[in-house]
Amino acid sequence: MSNPRAVDPATQLVEPEHAFPVSEAHGALVTFPTGFEAKCDELITHYPVSKRSASLPLLHLWQETFGHISPQGIEWIAAKLDLQPINILELVTFYPMFRQHPIGRIQIKVCRTLSCALAGSYKLCDHFRERCGTATSDAHGIASSPEGKYAVEFVECIASCGTAPVIMINDDFHEAVTLQRADELLGKYD
Amino acid sequence: MPVQERRLILANIDRDGYTPDIDCYLRNGGYADLKKALTLDGPAIVAEVKTSQLRGRGGAGFSCGMKWGFIDPKKNTKPVYLICNADESEPGTFKDRQIIYKDPHQLLEGMIIACYANNVHLAYIYIRGEFVLGAQILEKAIAEAKTEGFLGKAINGTGYDLEIYVHRGAGAYICGEETGLIESLEGKRAYPRIKPPYFPAVLGLYMCPTIVNNVETLCNIKHIVRMGGAEFAKIGKPNNTGTRLLCVSGDVEKPGYFEFEVGALTMGELINDVCGGIKGGRKLKAIIPGGSSAKVLRAGERYKIKSKKPDGTMEEKEIGLLDITLDFDTLAAAGSMAGSGGIIVMDETRDMVECLANINTFYAHESCGQCTPCREGSLWMKKVTDRLVAGEGLPGDPKLLKTVADNIAGRTICAFGEACAWPVQSFVAKFPEEFAKHAEGKVATAARKGTVAQEPSKAMEAA
Amino acid sequence: MKNPFNHDHPPADTPLVNVQIDGVWTQMPKGLNAVEAARRVGKFIPHYCYHPKLAIVGNCRMCLIETGGPKMDASRAPVLDASGKPEINWVPRPAIGCATNLTEGMAIRTDSPLVQECRRGVMEFLLINHPLDCPICDQAGECKLQEYSVQYGNDHSRFVEEKVKKPKRVDIGERIVLDDERCIMCSRCIRFAKDTVHDDVLGFTERGSHTTLAVHPGQRFDNNYSLNTVDICPVGALTSKDFRFQMRVWFLKETKGICTNCATGCNTIIGSRESTLYRMTPRENEAVNSEWMCDQGRLGFHYIHDPKRLTQPIARHGPETTPLAWSEIIPQVAERLRQFVPEQIGIVASGRLTNEEAFLVAEIRRVLGGDSVLTDYVPRFGRADGILRSADLNPNTHGVTLMGLSNGGASLADLRRSIDAGQIRALVVLHEDLTAEAGWDGATLQKLDLLVTLGLLQNPTTDRADFILPGASFAEKRGSMINGAGRLQRLNRAIPSPGQAWDDWQILLRLKEALGGGNGLHTIEEVFKAMAAQVPAFAGLTLSRIGDLGIELEAAMPKETATE
Repeated sequence: MSNPRAVDPATQLVEPEHAFPVSEAHGALVTFPTGFEAKCDELITHYPVSKRSASLPLLHLWQETFGHISPQGIEWIAAKLDLQPINILELVTFYPMFRQHPIGRIQIKVCRTLSCALAGSYKLCDHFRERCGTATSDAHGIASSPEGKYAVEFVECIASCGTAPVIMINDDFHEAVTLQRADELLGKYD
Repeated sequence: MPVQERRLILANIDRDGYTPDIDCYLRNGGYADLKKALTLDGPAIVAEVKTSQLRGRGGAGFSCGMKWGFIDPKKNTKPVYLICNADESEPGTFKDRQIIYKDPHQLLEGMIIACYANNVHLAYIYIRGEFVLGAQILEKAIAEAKTEGFLGKAINGTGYDLEIYVHRGAGAYICGEETGLIESLEGKRAYPRIKPPYFPAVLGLYMCPTIVNNVETLCNIKHIVRMGGAEFAKIGKPNNTGTRLLCVSGDVEKPGYFEFEVGALTMGELINDVCGGIKGGRKLKAIIPGGSSAKVLRAGERYKIKSKKPDGTMEEKEIGLLDITLDFDTLAAAGSMAGSGGIIVMDETRDMVECLANINTFYAHESCGQCTPCREGSLWMKKVTDRLVAGEGLPGDPKLLKTVADNIAGRTICAFGEACAWPVQSFVAKFPEEFAKHAEGKVATAARKGTVAQEPSKAMEAA
Repeated sequence: MKNPFNHDHPPADTPLVNVQIDGVWTQMPKGLNAVEAARRVGKFIPHYCYHPKLAIVGNCRMCLIETGGPKMDASRAPVLDASGKPEINWVPRPAIGCATNLTEGMAIRTDSPLVQECRRGVMEFLLINHPLDCPICDQAGECKLQEYSVQYGNDHSRFVEEKVKKPKRVDIGERIVLDDERCIMCSRCIRFAKDTVHDDVLGFTERGSHTTLAVHPGQRFDNNYSLNTVDICPVGALTSKDFRFQMRVWFLKETKGICTNCATGCNTIIGSRESTLYRMTPRENEAVNSEWMCDQGRLGFHYIHDPKRLTQPIARHGPETTPLAWSEIIPQVAERLRQFVPEQIGIVASGRLTNEEAFLVAEIRRVLGGDSVLTDYVPRFGRADGILRSADLNPNTHGVTLMGLSNGGASLADLRRSIDAGQIRALVVLHEDLTAEAGWDGATLQKLDLLVTLGLLQNPTTDRADFILPGASFAEKRGSMINGAGRLQRLNRAIPSPGQAWDDWQILLRLKEALGGGNGLHTIEEVFKAMAAQVPAFAGLTLSRIGDLGIELEAAMPKETATE
């Protein structure tokens, strides 16, 4: 029914379908690395009462595996947990750690919040952006360098205020990061 | 002679040669308290915790024994869950990560005892997403504890079963709010629940009775079992018992984390004796005493504090900021709170409008957006302080900020409303002259909105 | 209709508690929420997210009130005031009315200075990022933001910052457009879709002030109940594609109606202006449809304004058609019918007839020869959906059955065979197109010597009719129907019939008079009375006694509901 005015009184509307729309809209299926699905299944066992609880763990796993959470990832996880895709999209857009687009390989998070700001984190973040040649931030405040090597993100408090300013590079914390130390670290992760 | 630390929770943390593995933990007497607890019955442990007068270390300072007591084992027929709130994210707070990274078995032991005491068979540690390594350390510790028979089926040969899983958050501050945390653990957006009716003790995780305790709180349980509630209550002050992990950051010479008996020292002793005074020999301007949502205290303020004398009569004393003893009640009497123990110090060179703009940016970013006042108000306040910082202030801005904050606090689903309103209310009230200057639209101190710059001239003079 | 929540209708056996509302003590069911309690004593607590049929989430904060409990003395006994009533200990922090459930001795203030201040604050917050585009918003005139802003808000804005930008004109479904900037994130639509109709496709994306209502990309909010979200959306975020920009709501005349799209008979409000029907919305009736209706029923009215609508009585002689006045055509029809013996006449009745019409058809049949006149109706079946849709797509199967006009459709084939065999020579067809709806072909109808049709639209059956009698639609006439569950309900006239089209009961009454003489019936009320005298199921009833919400007929009647 393209024209809603044309609803015939005796015509039944088509029932909505919620089958997992197999990737037609999102290109070819990704190949899961060995053990990926088994790991998902194992994570689901952590939540014997409700497998919906495994949403965040599966999203983490997907992002660790594929770098970001694609529409396909959302649909796959939703199907895996007997949920609607919107249930997962709601999470991906709520929790700042999840990304819907690929970002740079070396991910630098600079803490922005008060104690770090008092210790110069704005300058530090500028320094990283300059050194990494990152473009302006995307809608979620992540600035990636054009060649896809670096991503610099100004994040809220990461709970190491006593050694401000703090940053994370990928999963590692680095504390009391001076501009000089920043350069050393960039060299280390190159 | 500066007040000495009393390291109860931190006893082994940062000690030379101390490692986070279970062998090291066992060599240092680990899990002896669990073994002792397993010889007692659950209600007896709950009674000890009540006797200890332990108050929650997450921020609200609610009585732990009372929280446990809400779950009536006689009336309750549903399973009971326990969640360790390890979503440490209140700006200025970095205590729980020390425990998780450096002494994970202490947390596990406290947690297992708490679960045993409340007849919990399934528990989760909700750890903030950025603690990637922390989550791995905890998972390893859980595996070790299972191997040693302290977790899993028939713990330590008793009939008690318990599974603990680590659940990682993903960067949302609101997950620190216990009902937001529960929603998040259920796989939803971390929208805090309305209370009533969703008190965790009644309708918590999966609508079952649930205990949510902070990392530091759970560690204390182990020590309460070891020394007994009455003995524990002798540490600190009445109604403010035990030790407290204090995290100091900002403009002090030696920031860091420390453990003191609650109320054993004053703010002045902490700043000057323990932390080596204000950085660069500059003067103190302001202190946020309990995480960024606590109301700011201004140097030079005087507080009227009522306290009980040994003979039981009340006395009122007027004290200054540095005379405040660091306990729940005194900080509350001074109009702020002990909160999460995160103390942020600002020196004389700081522009308080910039500091507030920085805090406002945090809360605007972290508001979950569920309820109207916080969703709309937190971003509004951020926009106003950004304007003030950028030199685009308007005469009515200070009053506007105050009234917007007033319309948030006490009107929201969860305490985030207060968390984002209190800084605004207190900064505007206590530093009127700085806000007035910005409101004239002539001061543009920071190069960029949200920056907190030190005024170069003063900083150089001081150096 | 079974709602997942029924906050406004606690079970009848709920015990009562003493509560104080704005200073007055009264008794209310225990556990009733304060919004509903206040409503029962004529006090209105404004709200956005609360809806009596949806889960309570308490996110809008508009219903903040003051609460209190009895002041206790040292012995835990209530302190009494001079009049012997308990004194109240007021809680300093306001509470949301929707989640304040009454307990013994509870007191609430719905309009205190603190409450007023809370509402002003919430109104201000809701409006700062709202586009304030009322002049081009379809919700204007029935918008809770507008209404509460006037009643509870400020008269000026203090907001000088940039507003948050969000998606506009989002096509979220076949029948609904979303404007995210107008959305106040009350989540009513999300809860309705998820809990009431189990179509969990709506949700919030992003966070904080940027929170955005969305449908998952690639999915559509297309279920058959989607338009109910337009009704419960308190603002102009969700609007109906069918209705938007058609008519300002304050011009609409509201008439209580019932939906005739299936046997459920959902109660409706018909919104019309002059002679045009612009929209139908559900009208609350807990015994039938609660506060909902299906999209199919809601939009299934446009045919009444179709260009094929018959507006003129017409007689056909071979290829010639002649428009006639009613006073001319009815005697002609009667005259022609009288030329046939009962066995040569057939009647195709319809489950779309009102009881009164069916009664008059039965009277005509009696005059024409009673049981010898082969008669049946056209059954029409779809699929019940477990919510509101009935499998029976005729609105009044019970009525035509009660009047003896139905053989369940089993005689339709006989009728057709008899016509093909030349036994039946005259056929009266009421509100049916035998080609499209009964699968007959034109050849059968061609064999007839006389075909009389009464209906609304030109169709292949009327194209072959010797007499075309234009009738009235459900929105143009009065009368009653019996829904699938055996409930007698009333139709009301919202708009006049177009052209010369006339009330069916008038047409049928005149025809009956022309065939067999008058019997003193002049009004629809009198027709009902005459029917009630003959049909035991209606004994003691009158049209007015049916009331706006209908009545359950006591007479045993095959019960059929949407859930079967």
